[in-house]
Amino acid sequence: MNHELLQGKYVRLTAENPEVNASAEARWWQDSEYFRLLDSESPHLWSEKKLKEWFEKGLEKEDPHSFGFSIRTVEGDKVIGFVALFALSWKDGDTLAAIAIGEREYWGKGFGTEAMNLLLGYTFRELNLRRVGLIVFEYNLRAIRSYEKVGFIHEGRIRGAMLREGKRWDWLMMGLLREEWEARQKEVV
Amino acid sequence: MDIQTSLYEGKLIRLGPIDHEKDPEVESRWTHNLAYLRLLGASPARPVSPAQMKKKYEAIEKEVEESKNIFYFTIRCREEGRLLGFARIDWIEWSNGTGNLTMGVGDPQDRGKGYGSDALSLLLRLAFAELNLYRLSVVLGEDNPVALQFFKRFGFMEEVRRRKALHRDGRTWDLLHLGLLADEWRAQIRNDGNES
Amino acid sequence: MSEDLLRGRLVRLTAESAKTLAEPYSRSSQDSEYWRLETSDPARLFSVWNTEKELEKFLEKEPKVNEFYFSIRILEGDVQIGDVGLGVVSWSSRDAFVGIGIGERAFWGKGYGTDAMQVALRYAFQELNLRRVTLNTFAYNPRAIRSYEKAGFSHEGRVRGALSKDGNRYDVLYMGILREEWAQKEEK
Repeated sequence: MNHELLQGKYVRLTAENPEVNASAEARWWQDSEYFRLLDSESPHLWSEKKLKEWFEKGLEKEDPHSFGFSIRTVEGDKVIGFVALFALSWKDGDTLAAIAIGEREYWGKGFGTEAMNLLLGYTFRELNLRRVGLIVFEYNLRAIRSYEKVGFIHEGRIRGAMLREGKRWDWLMMGLLREEWEARQKEVV
Repeated sequence: MDIQTSLYEGKLIRLGPIDHEKDPEVESRWTHNLAYLRLLGASPARPVSPAQMKKKYEAIEKEVEESKNIFYFTIRCREEGRLLGFARIDWIEWSNGTGNLTMGVGDPQDRGKGYGSDALSLLLRLAFAELNLYRLSVVLGEDNPVALQFFKRFGFMEEVRRRKALHRDGRTWDLLHLGLLADEWRAQIRNDGNES
Repeated sequence: MSEDLLRGRLVRLTAESAKTLAEPYSRSSQDSEYWRLETSDPARLFSVWNTEKELEKFLEKEPKVNEFYFSIRILEGDVQIGDVGLGVVSWSSRDAFVGIGIGERAFWGKGYGTDAMQVALRYAFQELNLRRVTLNTFAYNPRAIRSYEKAGFSHEGRVRGALSKDGNRYDVLYMGILREEWAQKEEK
């Protein structure tokens, strides 16, 4: 049995104190490109104080329908982003996933891909869910490539769901079934 | 303009979040210059202590969180992050695409240096290319000719004149509503693009 | 000294409980033409229960110091037909916004609104000692615009395209009346 579920070669998934998350998030949100790749919501710049309150509230609630982890680098032990499961349906064994790398220097280097794979391992082998879905913006080419690499399959497009810079952009829906992911793990080995 | 171009980073300033530790003292100092507060609106100008300012900041973030139609930014020096001013887009009616802009540079020593212009450029892009508003309003007193000129330079047009709506120092002033449409802003951006 | 400051020729202004107002308000909110004339918010339907809760908060639990809100009752028959409110913008500048609405269609175009507005203005200038009253109204509401002109308001400008309804853009009109203008009119 593999007990190192959350440990990879380059990153590991961790649980952090609210002030660590708040401090990192407050900084990342001020990079509007990070925000626009990740979120379709409105561009608020929340203070560290406000973010800390939310993280604390989130931990107090212990929502059984969401799981969040921070991503720490193995080398340097730096918090560089987060991964999360949300809108989880236990009866259907289905969940949505999200990932974000807040530290620009770690973009496009495989850190996100490995973190996503760790999350999938946790989801399929510890939570025993059956499928993971995600939404990605059509202009986020780097993320789309990363998800394809990990095995996500394109399932559809929500047309023109977003309006930014005077243009309409689609949301891409992608999904991955447990058996598909397990088959890939065997290949890799 | 594209997804990569920062919404928040200007040439001289950047738009930032509230710093609950450092900002209260700075803004409290500005409020002791009543001339500054008077430029901002019709409410009676009154100075605010750092502790009161801290409470105000908490109230601001709370109303931003709950209302869903308010945006608040601090204006900070790009280099050291020093607090220069604030900007607020509120009274947003999403179904009509309208909003109201208020902004100020707190310390008179920091004015006339291009910080306001830099901030306004960013704010207009935020309002029109990210929030997708149809138009933006600004409400100013006739007793603030510097600000009137400032907004007119960016294409804002006088739309409403509320006669004698301000009363200060024993005389009255009109309160002016200025407006800029998204299409007008887009035309300006295109022209600027062509010129450069 | 005027004994009945809140009494006009055709109507009087009253303070009502949330309970009393809930049903008529909920009903008029379901009249989408009324809704669109009265507010720029997107049309929504409110149940009587929800309406009462909101009114309770506004009138009884968390009333705002700067807001003076009245119901309008016609003298003949004492029927409640609408409301009028004054919201003080700044005490130091003594300027307030007024907003009026006649929720009951049967009472449109009969002069009740104009009379209620006169009463509200008298209250504003003689009790609140304001120096001016402002209102905004919509370009597609000519009946209201005429009524306000009759009450003595002057046009002060237009906020271009502030309303989007049925795929068209409409302006919001601002109108204002100064104390001295109102006083002159009263003399006549």
